[in-house]
Amino acid sequence: MATIILFAPLIGALICGFGHRFIGEKPAQWTATSLLILAALLSWIVFFGHDGELHRIQILRWIESGSLSTDWAIRLDRLTAIMLIVITTVSALVHLYSFGYMAHDENFRDTESYRPRFFAYLSFFTFAMLMLVTADNLVQMFFGWEGVGLASYLLIGFYFRKPSANAAAIKAFVVNRVGDFGFALGIFALFFLVDSIQFNDIFAAGPELGQTQIHFLWTEWNAAEIVAFLLFIGAMGKSAQLFLHTWLPDAMEGPTPVSALIHAATMVTAGVFLVCRMSPIMEFAPTATAFVTIIGASTAFFAATVGLVQTDIKRVIAYSTCSQLGYMFVAAGVGVYSVAMFHLFTHAFFKAMLFLGAGSVIHGMHHEQDMRNYGGLKDKLPYTFWAMMIGTLAITGVGIPLTHIGFAGFLSKDAVIESAWGAGSGPGFYAFWLLVIAAAFTSFYSWRLMFMTFYGEARGDRHTHEHAHESPTVMLVPLGVLALGAVFSGMLWYGSFFGDHAQVNRFFGIPAHEEAVAADDHGSEAVAGQDDAGEGVVEAAEELAEGEPAAALADVTEPTADIDAGEDTHGDVMAGGWEEGAIYMSPDNHVMDEAHHAPVWVKVSPFVAMLLGFVTAFQMYIRRPDTPGKFADAMQPLYAFLLNKWYFDEIYDAIFVRPTKWLGGFLWKRGDGSVIDGGINGLAMGVIPFLTRLAGRAQSGYIFHYAFAMVLAIAVLLTWMTLGGAQ
Amino acid sequence: MDSLISIVVFIPLLAAVILALFLRGDDDAANRNAKWLALLATAASFVLSLLILAQFEPGAGFQMVEEYEWIGGLTYKVGVDGISVLFVMLTTFLMPLVILSAWEVKTRVKEYMIAFLVLETLMLGVFVALDLILFYLFFEGGLIPMFLIIGIWGGANRIYAAFKFFLYTFLGSVLMLVAMLGMYVDAGTTDIPALLAHEFSYGTVSLAGVQVVGGLQTLLWLAFFASFAVKMPMWPVHTWLPDAHVQAPTAGSVVLAAILLKLGGYGFIRFSLPMFPVASEMLSPMVLWLSAIAIVYTSLVALAQQDMKKLIAYSSVAHMGYVTAGIFSANQQGLDGAIFQMISHGFISGGLFLCVGVIYDRMHTRDIDGYGGLVNRMPAYALIFMLFTMANVGLPGTSGFVGEFLTLMGMFQANTWVALVATSGVILSAAYGLWLYRRVVMGDLIKESLRSIKDLTPREKWVFAPLAVMTILLGVYPSLVTDIVGPSVAGLLDTYETALDEAGLMTGNAVAEAAH
Repeated sequence: MATIILFAPLIGALICGFGHRFIGEKPAQWTATSLLILAALLSWIVFFGHDGELHRIQILRWIESGSLSTDWAIRLDRLTAIMLIVITTVSALVHLYSFGYMAHDENFRDTESYRPRFFAYLSFFTFAMLMLVTADNLVQMFFGWEGVGLASYLLIGFYFRKPSANAAAIKAFVVNRVGDFGFALGIFALFFLVDSIQFNDIFAAGPELGQTQIHFLWTEWNAAEIVAFLLFIGAMGKSAQLFLHTWLPDAMEGPTPVSALIHAATMVTAGVFLVCRMSPIMEFAPTATAFVTIIGASTAFFAATVGLVQTDIKRVIAYSTCSQLGYMFVAAGVGVYSVAMFHLFTHAFFKAMLFLGAGSVIHGMHHEQDMRNYGGLKDKLPYTFWAMMIGTLAITGVGIPLTHIGFAGFLSKDAVIESAWGAGSGPGFYAFWLLVIAAAFTSFYSWRLMFMTFYGEARGDRHTHEHAHESPTVMLVPLGVLALGAVFSGMLWYGSFFGDHAQVNRFFGIPAHEEAVAADDHGSEAVAGQDDAGEGVVEAAEELAEGEPAAALADVTEPTADIDAGEDTHGDVMAGGWEEGAIYMSPDNHVMDEAHHAPVWVKVSPFVAMLLGFVTAFQMYIRRPDTPGKFADAMQPLYAFLLNKWYFDEIYDAIFVRPTKWLGGFLWKRGDGSVIDGGINGLAMGVIPFLTRLAGRAQSGYIFHYAFAMVLAIAVLLTWMTLGGAQ
Repeated sequence: MDSLISIVVFIPLLAAVILALFLRGDDDAANRNAKWLALLATAASFVLSLLILAQFEPGAGFQMVEEYEWIGGLTYKVGVDGISVLFVMLTTFLMPLVILSAWEVKTRVKEYMIAFLVLETLMLGVFVALDLILFYLFFEGGLIPMFLIIGIWGGANRIYAAFKFFLYTFLGSVLMLVAMLGMYVDAGTTDIPALLAHEFSYGTVSLAGVQVVGGLQTLLWLAFFASFAVKMPMWPVHTWLPDAHVQAPTAGSVVLAAILLKLGGYGFIRFSLPMFPVASEMLSPMVLWLSAIAIVYTSLVALAQQDMKKLIAYSSVAHMGYVTAGIFSANQQGLDGAIFQMISHGFISGGLFLCVGVIYDRMHTRDIDGYGGLVNRMPAYALIFMLFTMANVGLPGTSGFVGEFLTLMGMFQANTWVALVATSGVILSAAYGLWLYRRVVMGDLIKESLRSIKDLTPREKWVFAPLAVMTILLGVYPSLVTDIVGPSVAGLLDTYETALDEAGLMTGNAVAEAAH
């Protein structure tokens, strides 16, 4: 089944991309879309039917060289299952949505078959992303990793006539490559250390790596630290974390469905997935994970500040994505990988919805993206308005404090913030405070977006406003489905991701530790209360209801299926290392318990921050719409600083882009031209005229000379050999 | 068939002789006949070479060996092993496509075809030769038809390019010849398998007052290095390549990039590494650093180019940097990767030069600024160009990735600094590759001159298709190559390490003695 899920999008992409000339555009688009819907349905079946254990499906051999052996294979565990449903569901919905959104695009002529091309790219992206999450080894993951990069490049540059789109596409690819540079070095280091890049071998070697030193560059490093650090650089690129984030806002040049699928729900979360996937190594790299936490928290804060002042509706959401990714990294950095995955999971729904909602607004407003030209659209776009409202409630984290009832973001974001506090470390506190502040900012910019778009006076071009229209059904259905996710996904799966240990362990197939902590949570109650969210809920509730310690403990005794660790030296696991399970939390990692026992003020603080942001936005954009302008004038330098995104682009241009181009020119003209060729030519001018005079005809002269010299040389050699000179 | 290899090697030469002797006239019919005969001969050579591949047993040493006495006490000895057989396949596979790509040539068609046919025989000869003198003949001889191709059918500044080519190669050749002499003196044979088994002395010698650590091995190694490094080409003796490429006709560029550049790498693997292990080990840091510099340096220079062919030529130098670094990492991944990279680069660079050729044929300019927005009128071309660009950038799933990845993995085990510097090449290659693509293919079509440009013709599609298929096939299933190469490389490394083990103590002594 997993094989079908994996290859259905590829087949769809090929049929749609190459076959549309034979079967027609519409059928081609429908082929791709229905194959993805099929994949999505199968993914949910896999997800609910998954027993938490690891399954491995071999497809084909891949790169083999000496002891290096990689396969094309599918690794199916809980992490993969979560990613499968996120990817295929959002992708299927985005395919559907694109029928409406891409129906008439003014960037193309009517005769151009851009629609099948768009669908083919989307399907290809989905395939690459599935490859990434189902990978059984790091190189296959790298294939998916770069594959999604290619898809992203193609889709950002989809409007190929726009110079800005082309520039953004290249920027995205190259900045990602900077991350991949670290990722690749990480893979090399792992192979050097473990002599394998299969996940099972690497994971088993975790504790050993924690005690190994490796000479890298100028000095000795702890092996686990350096590997974790290098891999995280890859994650930073893909997930647009601070310093490597500059490509994400520009990526908004792509069509909006692309932003929803790739630059919000799936591809950008690949970095978080990587860190969670590598948890058996991350757990032995305290410094590297502290770095992850700090970068995550700083990104969350930085992006939120920039989001406060942007006026392009898509850019606001883009910075919001960047910021939310920071939240996920904080959770992973403090060692609560399940919570990182939780926020990834809920974020996929509400962020995809926000983007698709924004797309619906843009579509209705004739491709106007500046929020200053919106206003009062509530009645013209009622469905879109409600969808965006749900998305906003979800991202800002609305819920009832100290319970587990609330929108998706309420549960997952609060879990992240509590985890940061629970870490009890310096980076943890740093992250905690930045995240709480960022939560207030999130609330502010989200409500600002809502107020500027849907409330108040209609601004901008009157003509556009008069013709503003609600989007077709095919675009609204995906919004409705995602709304379900944005409302319920947090409550339904709270227990599985952030409940008591037994539940989490069972969900992720982790063998329970001896000191299995007593259940102290009401996660399953919250779940049991909600069974009206459509199909699947019953199954979920059933599954979660069984989440008792006994069941989890039973998993330990069961033999592991399909793990070929038997013949491997790392098979006999050291105490404390990874044995099985989709994620690994070391026995002395008590962050999740600490988070559960956080004081009330910690648990309430994100809610308070959210209220604060809402009230401020309400005050500034509903009650006194003239205040934002005054603020901007009063604090001009700060405003400009934020509006220009902390001047990252300008700085990078000055210290990387320009010097590189200059250096290229310099090496060419001076290095190759003056020094190397200059030297050679000096020699040439002495020798060649002499030879030319001998030969008479310049053109063939050298050739004859050359041949002559060669023959002469051979003759000398032969003579010498036959004369017995060799004795 | 006992003499299968010889048949494969000499079919093209035979066709060339037939053309030279029997084809008369310069009308269309004669030209057509010349082209068809050339295509037929190269195709026949390819089909027969498939038999070589079918009979080949991985890991079984030199196979299908033929040995005859020849003039003046020389020996004609040919055969293939896991290292050379795929280069033979690469050559025979590419040559029919090269002929096909030159189908529209109008001037001196017969001579053009003869040049390529002779060139094919000589290139194949290099890969199969198992005798030192034979190798030298093929190795140096191959340059003559290439000179002619550039000199007669080349661009405006072809004389200068030929100059450079000549000067660079000549010095290396002389030194290599001297080295071969030295080898004969030391080993008493020119038989390559025998030389591989021979142990060249590595005791420190004094030459004109200079103590040479590694002795004879070092001297021989350096002489071979002078020749192979130019052919690769390695930094800083690479500047002949961009000029040669720019001046060469499309088909010439394809052969130059896809096959001739591999002669140097093949030489390193066949001679330098196994025959002079002690010297290789001593001098490998130098080669690694030259390669790392080459990767970054030429990638940066590629970024600054205005001429499409020059850009791709510099990119070739960068990619050959991975090869040399992989070879002198002297481990399984590095060597496998180096060979893989050479094979894969044959398809990819060939494809890229053909891509330039397609639009050069239409617009007669290689200036990047002369283009822009081609995707509007040439979607098929845009697709194929994208594929080869991505393969050149080293996207996983294309053959370009496997070679780069394996060589870098090899480098990391040898020296992490070199690996770090070389890996940064993946960022730069993305930058210059995509930037080129953007300036040529993307954007709106605003240039008046491009309004009526035509998309790929069926003939062009047929030339591209096999290259595209191989690029993806090897990227998805690289075992096709590594299964054949792997055992031979493992054997080579085995002897290499044994030799070093034996020498380990002695070089130590030699160094100590030299210190006195």
